[in-house]
Amino acid sequence: MKEVFVRLDRCMGCKSCEMACAVEHSVSKSLFNAVCERPSPVRRVYVEMAEGQKVPLVCRHCEDAPCVAVCRTGAMSQDPITGIVDRDEERCVGCWMCAMICPYGVIGRHKEVRIAVKCDRCRDLDVPACVRACPTGTLIYATQGEFVEMMRREAAAKIARGAKSLAKA
Amino acid sequence: MVKDVQDRSIDPASLEMLALAGKAGIETAWDRFERQQPQCGFGELGLCCRNCNMGPCRIDPFGEGPSKGVCGATADIIVARNLLRSIAAGAAAHSDHGRGVAHTFRLMSEGRAPSYQVKDKAKLERLMKEYNVESQIALAEAIMAEFGKQEGPIQFTRRAPAKRIELWRKLGIDPRGIDREIVEIMHRTHMGVDNDYVHLILQGLRASLADGWGGSMIATELQDVMFGTPSPTFSEANLGVLEPNKINIIIHGHEPLLSEMIVAAASDPEMVELAKKQGAVGINVSGMCCTGNEVLMRHGVPVAGNFLQQELAVATGAVEAMVVDIQCIMPALGTLAGCFHTKFISTSPKAKFPGATHMEFHEETALETAKEIVKTAILNYQNRNPSKLHIPDIKTKCMVGFSVEAIVGALGGTLDPLLGAIKSGAIRGIGAVVGCNNPKVQHDFGHLNLVKELIKNNVLVVTTGCNALACAKAGLLLPEAADLAGDGLKGVCKALGVPPVLHMGSCVDISRILVAAAAIANALGVDISDLPAAGAAPEWMSEKAVSIGAYVVGSGVFTVLGTVPPVLGSQAVAELLTAGAKGVVGASFAVEPDPFKAASLMIEHIDSQRRKLGL
Repeated sequence: MKEVFVRLDRCMGCKSCEMACAVEHSVSKSLFNAVCERPSPVRRVYVEMAEGQKVPLVCRHCEDAPCVAVCRTGAMSQDPITGIVDRDEERCVGCWMCAMICPYGVIGRHKEVRIAVKCDRCRDLDVPACVRACPTGTLIYATQGEFVEMMRREAAAKIARGAKSLAKA
Repeated sequence: MVKDVQDRSIDPASLEMLALAGKAGIETAWDRFERQQPQCGFGELGLCCRNCNMGPCRIDPFGEGPSKGVCGATADIIVARNLLRSIAAGAAAHSDHGRGVAHTFRLMSEGRAPSYQVKDKAKLERLMKEYNVESQIALAEAIMAEFGKQEGPIQFTRRAPAKRIELWRKLGIDPRGIDREIVEIMHRTHMGVDNDYVHLILQGLRASLADGWGGSMIATELQDVMFGTPSPTFSEANLGVLEPNKINIIIHGHEPLLSEMIVAAASDPEMVELAKKQGAVGINVSGMCCTGNEVLMRHGVPVAGNFLQQELAVATGAVEAMVVDIQCIMPALGTLAGCFHTKFISTSPKAKFPGATHMEFHEETALETAKEIVKTAILNYQNRNPSKLHIPDIKTKCMVGFSVEAIVGALGGTLDPLLGAIKSGAIRGIGAVVGCNNPKVQHDFGHLNLVKELIKNNVLVVTTGCNALACAKAGLLLPEAADLAGDGLKGVCKALGVPPVLHMGSCVDISRILVAAAAIANALGVDISDLPAAGAAPEWMSEKAVSIGAYVVGSGVFTVLGTVPPVLGSQAVAELLTAGAKGVVGASFAVEPDPFKAASLMIEHIDSQRRKLGL
């Protein structure tokens, strides 16, 4: 399964992912119309600043997701095949158990409506809106295998360059 | 927006070149536009402030994140300040062009620029009378002084109807000096100065008026004095004007100061002889963008295309020299020219480009520099690679040169026939369609469909800039295009032998449209905001267009924009521009990307204006 991976060293803090996420989860799906919609469209990805580093945070869709485990209305559920954790708007009562248990703090709420809001990995899209919007390639949509392979290649290239310049010196 | 090459333009010559560019791996603005997707939403909404180093700050348009910058600036303040800075840049660009022309005029008047002469003595005398001066040098001094004036008024603003001037005075937006208003924008938008969005926007209008009725109008008038006031003439437009067996020189940018000299140098027998020695059959100068419009209007020099065709022209492999001055010149031309034999020659002391050969132009030695440039182009002919040569066999005839003087001339010396046609309803109203190209819009689609809809509905179209060139390529600037017009407009055009779309010049020549609007309003004894007229910029992209939009609305003309300006992050500013402004300056903006709907908005406005005038 493909997931959203983050290459921390690349994030510029532009918040394009946040903006694209909110627009994708609007009624009109167009920025210029979305800014006028009520309830206001809500982002599901968050760019935080910690220890001098910009860090985009998005739901990890954990195995045995704690938010699903604590949900007492059954609003939060995990697809057994895709592993995607989603919440049913009709069932959510806004008790915020999910928000309290989520280790990443990526469960938000509508400003005007008391329901939990979280990443659904853009079910209508081939590539999630946040990944498509990222101008620096910080967010990567890939399987875990593909992602680590890419990381290995990058690391290998770095080592090779180091070795070459050492040999020259 | 664009994935398929066929969706990038509706101009057949451009499509042919785009297909070729795609195969050859030549990158164009459309490719770079795609690489920029998605573009930053904060920028699109005008919600990013970089005016101080506590920032950059952004406002969350969805109300979840920050609603204020570090200084406390709200979305309204940030959007208004950003808009003002665009107006300042646009007004500066037009006005600095005007300053350059005024400077040349002064040097010429002092006998220090021998390459230039007075070509329109009658206009010179009219201007001297208008400025109440006795000599040409005194006129030059008075016009140069408009830029640095500390207290107004700027003389040409007095061409506006008295009611309009009174309104500007009442609102405190009658401009004082051209440079002063631009500087005041930069001051007011500095951290911690003007933070009232209405007050800010009024200053934006004041600076823009100093452009339209100041810098731009100075450029137009003095260019007419030195190079001749345009009168109707025929020419050709599109990439097919490039010739396979001639030295092709493209003059691109905005100022006619050098390009006039290039045109002169290229017809010098010595140069033609040299070209023949190099194996070419002659020298072919063609224009691009507004430099193109200037020489097209005055000399019928053919024009190779509008803004988005500049790279495609180089990609024909037929261009010996792409000679540029200022504004709307893509820095991408440097790399692109490097793939061909084309020499990319920059000439302005203000504008250098990577990959360009700089042959700096000064008024004192203008013709000599022009000859050097033409010679460089001629000697480059031998480097042309025939295997890379591909000129689309597509060009269209056009009738151009409709200065206000020429329009009055075509009407038989008085505006009365036009006023009569408007009163009778044969001409429903006047639509001014101007502006750039923008890859956000299918190239020429916005321009042509809007103009065709207007003339079909008996709206006489006046045009400048890249819209005019789109119309030229599509045959809308021919008298025969009257057949595409409604019966009323068609009858008027056939009787006068003019096209239903009148090419009035370059983008500084929108000042001609202001002069015409003022003359019509004065003849009817009303304000410009009472006229059955509307403006549009269907494919606008530049900051100059922002200034133009502001001065056109500030002069009282309802204006429809085809691409969304970065103001929607503030509902208050957006509301002021699209509605509130009507109660202040008697006109407002609308935003409508669909050219057919834009035409409807303009026609509805024209009809409601007619009703108010009792027509």
